[in-house]
Amino acid sequence: MAYFILKRLIQSVFVMLAVAFLAFSLFRFVGDPITQMTGVETSVADQERLREELGLNDPFITQFVRFTGDMLQGDFGFSYRTRQPVAEMIADRIPATLELGIVALLISLIVGVPAGVYTALRPRGVVSQTILMTTLIGVSVPTFVIGIMLIFLFGVQLGWLPTFGRGGTVQIGGWESSFFTVDGWRALILPAITLGVYQLTLTMRLVRAEMMEVMRSDYIRFATARGVPMRRLYFKHALANTMIPVITIIGLQFGGVIAFSIVTESVFQWPGMGLLFLESIRFVDIPVMGVYLVVIAFFFVLVNLIVDMLYVAIDPRLRVKDAA
Amino acid sequence: MLTIKDLSVKFPSRFGDVTAIEDVDLKIRPGEIHGLVGESGAGKSTVGAAVIGLISTPGYIAKGEITLGDTDLRALTPEQAHAVRGDRISMIFQDPQTSLNPLMTVEDQLIETIQTHSAVSYAEAQNRAVDLLEEIGIKNAAERIKSYPHQFSGGMRQRVVIALALCTDPELIIADEPTTALDVAVQQQVLDLLRDLADRRNIAFLLITHDIGVIAQIADRVTVMRNGKTLESGETAQVLGHPQHPYTVALMDAVPPLDHKIPRFRLPVEDDIAVQSKTKGADAKAWLLAGEQTAPTGLSVNNLTMRFRGTRTSLWQKPDSFTALDDVSFTVRPGTIMGLVGESGSGKSTLARVLTGLLHPSAGEMTLGDANLPPAKQRSRHHPSRRLMQMVFQDPYSSLNARHKIGAILAEPLWLYGLVNDAKQRRALAMAMLDLVGMPADSIDKYPHQFSGGQRQRIAVARAILARPKFLICDEPTSALDVSIQAQVLNLLKDLQATFGLTILFITHNMSVARQMADDMIVLRNGKIEETGPSEALFSKPAAPYTRTLLKLTPKMPPEWRTA
Repeated sequence: MAYFILKRLIQSVFVMLAVAFLAFSLFRFVGDPITQMTGVETSVADQERLREELGLNDPFITQFVRFTGDMLQGDFGFSYRTRQPVAEMIADRIPATLELGIVALLISLIVGVPAGVYTALRPRGVVSQTILMTTLIGVSVPTFVIGIMLIFLFGVQLGWLPTFGRGGTVQIGGWESSFFTVDGWRALILPAITLGVYQLTLTMRLVRAEMMEVMRSDYIRFATARGVPMRRLYFKHALANTMIPVITIIGLQFGGVIAFSIVTESVFQWPGMGLLFLESIRFVDIPVMGVYLVVIAFFFVLVNLIVDMLYVAIDPRLRVKDAA
Repeated sequence: MLTIKDLSVKFPSRFGDVTAIEDVDLKIRPGEIHGLVGESGAGKSTVGAAVIGLISTPGYIAKGEITLGDTDLRALTPEQAHAVRGDRISMIFQDPQTSLNPLMTVEDQLIETIQTHSAVSYAEAQNRAVDLLEEIGIKNAAERIKSYPHQFSGGMRQRVVIALALCTDPELIIADEPTTALDVAVQQQVLDLLRDLADRRNIAFLLITHDIGVIAQIADRVTVMRNGKTLESGETAQVLGHPQHPYTVALMDAVPPLDHKIPRFRLPVEDDIAVQSKTKGADAKAWLLAGEQTAPTGLSVNNLTMRFRGTRTSLWQKPDSFTALDDVSFTVRPGTIMGLVGESGSGKSTLARVLTGLLHPSAGEMTLGDANLPPAKQRSRHHPSRRLMQMVFQDPYSSLNARHKIGAILAEPLWLYGLVNDAKQRRALAMAMLDLVGMPADSIDKYPHQFSGGQRQRIAVARAILARPKFLICDEPTSALDVSIQAQVLNLLKDLQATFGLTILFITHNMSVARQMADDMIVLRNGKIEETGPSEALFSKPAAPYTRTLLKLTPKMPPEWRTA
């Protein structure tokens, strides 16, 4: 077990190094940092002096090592646009995106898993068919359309929910949270649903497919033949065996939800990382874009590490073999 | 106690209902093991499924009665039927690898089942579970019960399955091919256990199997089924010793004897599926014989060792390695059949894979004919042995590409090895070859799924032969087939071997089949050769204790039951 996790950690380090390299290349080679930083009136001599001071004339490797070293110490450089440290900007935005992503994930699980089980057990029922069809619409319509429709219905027509921003937030040790005010929750609902719809559909269809497969397996037939109560059969025997492939996809998707919440954030003017990223692109704010890349990659790596550990927790066959 | 009367089960389909079983009558008394025997598609399993109420959808019981004691099983509501399952009727499945929930400990599964059917405390259920495992023959049960299914070996796992079926004290247990997936030694233990449970606990068993040897050994009464109908029923000695129905006679005949060698496998006369045309594939035969006119090729193997590296579980310990083949040396004489027998895990298939260059051996040398046979990593794709050595696999369902037509499958060796460069000629040859292996000519434009297992195995043999090989490796070519089909395929192999002077390595776990096929024999155990020598001598006077054990454990029929 320890070895398994260690192996994964070492692999993760290599992934992060590769991403850091990409981010660095972006920073170094997309446009000239000096012309980005200085105005037209700066003399060529001053530009050269700045270049030397910032170490941009050093060999490539030296620069990359310095870049990675700075990153590790939490020094992410400064934004071209706001002149603020990038670390601060990202740290301000992370809570918003994470909270949105987590709520979206929870919605997709709480609705998706039971719906998947139900549609697997009653594949021909009217309710199942309706659910399947509705969710098919859910995946085929682009996220922004769903967002706009929700805003139109609940925000504009009915006026029940706010249509932009995070509502009331509470500061908890540098973490700006909207979990602790009614207002915050109200603001969270629409964007979370918008973001979660796709994952919900995916989870449901996956659970359904896997569940139908598992229900045909010998051990389920054997358990039925032993008279194990149906409820237990479905939710203990079958569902656990369904979860292994489902967790893989959910994990990968969650990384995606965090990374690509850009559209939802921009529709709802949600002050998260996605919105920051969009603004950075508009102003060719390379340092912010580079760091964004690294942070997102870090989330992916982290989520996958958790998924790997969940496997081991669920499936005894993956644990270290005892002497049989 | 269990009475089945006029039972019919139908499966609706687009073309009307398909009758799976028709007018089946069956009676089982307490403590009786009732064998239900027949070939695949006979409807044996459907009978079992109907009794326990688990006919796969959309099948349904069209008519008939099933009564257990005084209970009419057909009159029960779904809830009542589910309560009977496990409580009064239980079931044992074929494959212990797949019939236990892999994510739950054996203890959880046992206690869950016990508590479902009787109102006992957790601790009491636990005690009962441990006692039961002890009784079933699992040593150190109090500790082993905490294990997950994958931590048990195949035979032990089947014991756990039996314990699960037993833990609620049912009156009737339906055992659907309970020993088919097991080795002979384990099979023997499981059969003894079933017999013992029937005698001691007075449990009735419905033993569903295709293996007449198993029936002969432990069943009190037997019912023979074919195409959904019961043909014959009665005391085992009566039915198998003096079969009345011609099908039963044929079925008995098709079982290869263990105690002597017969020149050809006997076929059930009424339906040899082989199509015999007038030409009998003369073109293909001529083409194959026109190949190299060299003498048959032998194979020798010296000190072959194959070690697999285990999975690494710790940074500091070296992973354990597993020796699949340990210093194996033997020679296959040119133009003969070498039988290779052993239990699962003995290294039989590993040997085949090393010979064909799919696995790189850790040490040792191989020689094919006069030429050195390089190990996998040094054997190029164009090495002549790639063509000279061909293989027939165990499972004809997965060894033929489902998306290729038979014509394309058979033409492949012809163009791959550059034997025939003209597409028309290849097709003509493939057609002739189909004829030679007893398949109708229109097979050429069909897909593999349109054929039965036996027919597919004929196609697989045809494909191997079309490469004009000198050496053929058959890895359990008939273990997935019914006895009558097995007899046909093996006769075909024998004929082809004689006609084309092939040298064959014939891998099997079935001692009777080995005796009929092989000129020489190797007995393999844990990667080591236990015994080798001329087949007849080995079977009549086995030298190694292990060979004797294997022969003793193979279920056989009393010699007086044989007609020939």
